[in-house]
Amino acid sequence: MATAQPIQQPKYATQRVAYPFFVVALALFAGQVTFGLLAGTVYVFPHFLAEIFPFHILRMIHTNLLLVWLIIAFFGAAYWILPEETEQEIYSPKLAYIQLAIFALAGAAAVVGYMFGVHGGRHYLEQPLWVKFAFTVSFLMFLYNGTRTLIAGRKTSVSIILMLGLWLAAIFWLFAFYHPANLSLDKLYWWYVVHIWVEGVWELIMAALLGYLVIKLTGVDREIVDKWLYVIVALALFTGLLGTGHHYYWIGTPAYWQWVGSLFSTLEVLPFFAMLCFAFYMVWRGGRNHPNKAALLWTLGCAAVSFFGAGVWGFMHTLSPVNFYTHGTQITAAHGHLAFYGAYVMLNIAIMTYALPALRGRRPYNQILNMWAFWITTSAMCFMTFTLTFGGTVQVHLQRVMGMGFMEVQDDLVLFYVMRWGSGIAVVVGVLLLLWALLGPARREPEPGDLAAHERNAGAEPEPVGAR
Amino acid sequence: MLSERFSKAAARNVFYGGSAIFLVIFVALTAHSHWYILARSTAHAELSESVIQGKLVFERHSCINCHTILGEGAYFAPELGNVWERFGGHESPEGARMAIGGYIRAQPTGAPGRRQMPAFDISDEEMDALVDFFEWVDGIDTKGWPPEISG
Repeated sequence: MATAQPIQQPKYATQRVAYPFFVVALALFAGQVTFGLLAGTVYVFPHFLAEIFPFHILRMIHTNLLLVWLIIAFFGAAYWILPEETEQEIYSPKLAYIQLAIFALAGAAAVVGYMFGVHGGRHYLEQPLWVKFAFTVSFLMFLYNGTRTLIAGRKTSVSIILMLGLWLAAIFWLFAFYHPANLSLDKLYWWYVVHIWVEGVWELIMAALLGYLVIKLTGVDREIVDKWLYVIVALALFTGLLGTGHHYYWIGTPAYWQWVGSLFSTLEVLPFFAMLCFAFYMVWRGGRNHPNKAALLWTLGCAAVSFFGAGVWGFMHTLSPVNFYTHGTQITAAHGHLAFYGAYVMLNIAIMTYALPALRGRRPYNQILNMWAFWITTSAMCFMTFTLTFGGTVQVHLQRVMGMGFMEVQDDLVLFYVMRWGSGIAVVVGVLLLLWALLGPARREPEPGDLAAHERNAGAEPEPVGAR
Repeated sequence: MLSERFSKAAARNVFYGGSAIFLVIFVALTAHSHWYILARSTAHAELSESVIQGKLVFERHSCINCHTILGEGAYFAPELGNVWERFGGHESPEGARMAIGGYIRAQPTGAPGRRQMPAFDISDEEMDALVDFFEWVDGIDTKGWPPEISG
């Protein structure tokens, strides 16, 4: 077993561009979970902040910060990965910094605007028009920068799939500008952004980042990884595009979507199952004993939790006869929380945990604390998902089968909301620990040399077995 | 697991070719659905100026970040896709119009232990438009959803 030399410096100078992207993304992540906790508090104490920050504003900020930080983290991950994959410096680091400034300032301006009631009316896409334009400009600058880098250098499957995913994400984002007056049409194309992002083209980004992490952490042969990656992304788009049909059951769209959506969105489990097999199989196969154990934990955690959150929890309510009863209940909320966390939050944390030691010029640091943060945050997110699933099941029965009124049913769900609130507090604690582990003072871990010396010493005076 | 005969190039070609085919099918079905929405499922009533304005009122106050409409939204407050029917609009349109407007104007109730809907700045004309929008949405053919009038 070869022990990899831990990276202490980025191999390419322009990989440093990723650092501010990661810091900004993590700051917004902290904001996202804070507003999530505030919104969760309103479920338990209904008058909480009702006058200053009504629930709809809290939720808007919670979801928008999520999207903005995930995308900024994707940009950062791409700037970190592209030089290594293409064996080229980033085409223009300056463009990258400008692009980050535009994206982050536009996102921050949107959030401040929400606090003063300035917002659009379609959820997740509430950004005022000028903010949408700013996002588009920033995204185009990224695509230009990344594509120039890719064209100039070595073209690996990881870098091609990564850039393809980001290109497609930008293209489907353009549907956010289409705003029909007919509500059914509005919904038809709203899902072109929301579904095709998270259950389609973002999976390309996910597969590429997982592929990169697996190559680096396990030392497995790139040829094998490449083949897996194309199978995974093929499964993602073959199932994910027509899988959009599971949103087209009850919004005024034709009845055939109930068949198309049920079939293809059931198959949407496959790419997540493939990613789960891929990550665990490669780690089992790979011989490398990489010192960044926390990054490996987040990588495997991402593959596992996304399979359950996006795959299993998605399947749970995706068949149209089931969805007829569960559509728009806490079941949906349960799935949404674990899917986003497992697939995209954990993915970005994995790449940050991997890259930040080199970006800060250190050996892997604060590993134990980082792993504590992993277990606390992940368990709390799972618990939150369970409470919402049980609450949602009760809600479906009372409201959709018995026909009880919505508010009356909600009063019966208080216990579940209290437990969800508790898990929300634990999530915030876990995220704060994680931020401290990643960005706080980096405690010096024992050098590999120290470790080897330590082991030699230990070997020199073996505990006399059976001496007692 | 992936045999030697299935090469990387083959996997890549399957990905590009297959994805293109599925994208074409998806776009074609969307185009048909677009036509279906206009010609069938929302053809019950004209999309009047007032309904269009009502949708904008609905969006300006971000109703969807508490309520759901056709099951999509925030799950924090009741479904609005069938609020017209729930307030008796099928039997007594004028009564439902008065009741919905009055309900919104009565917020927040301040009732202890109950979720608070904020007071929104909505003119009488806008309120009429909003109710027209709810009435129009109630007429969309949603394949029988929701299962109960409770939404």
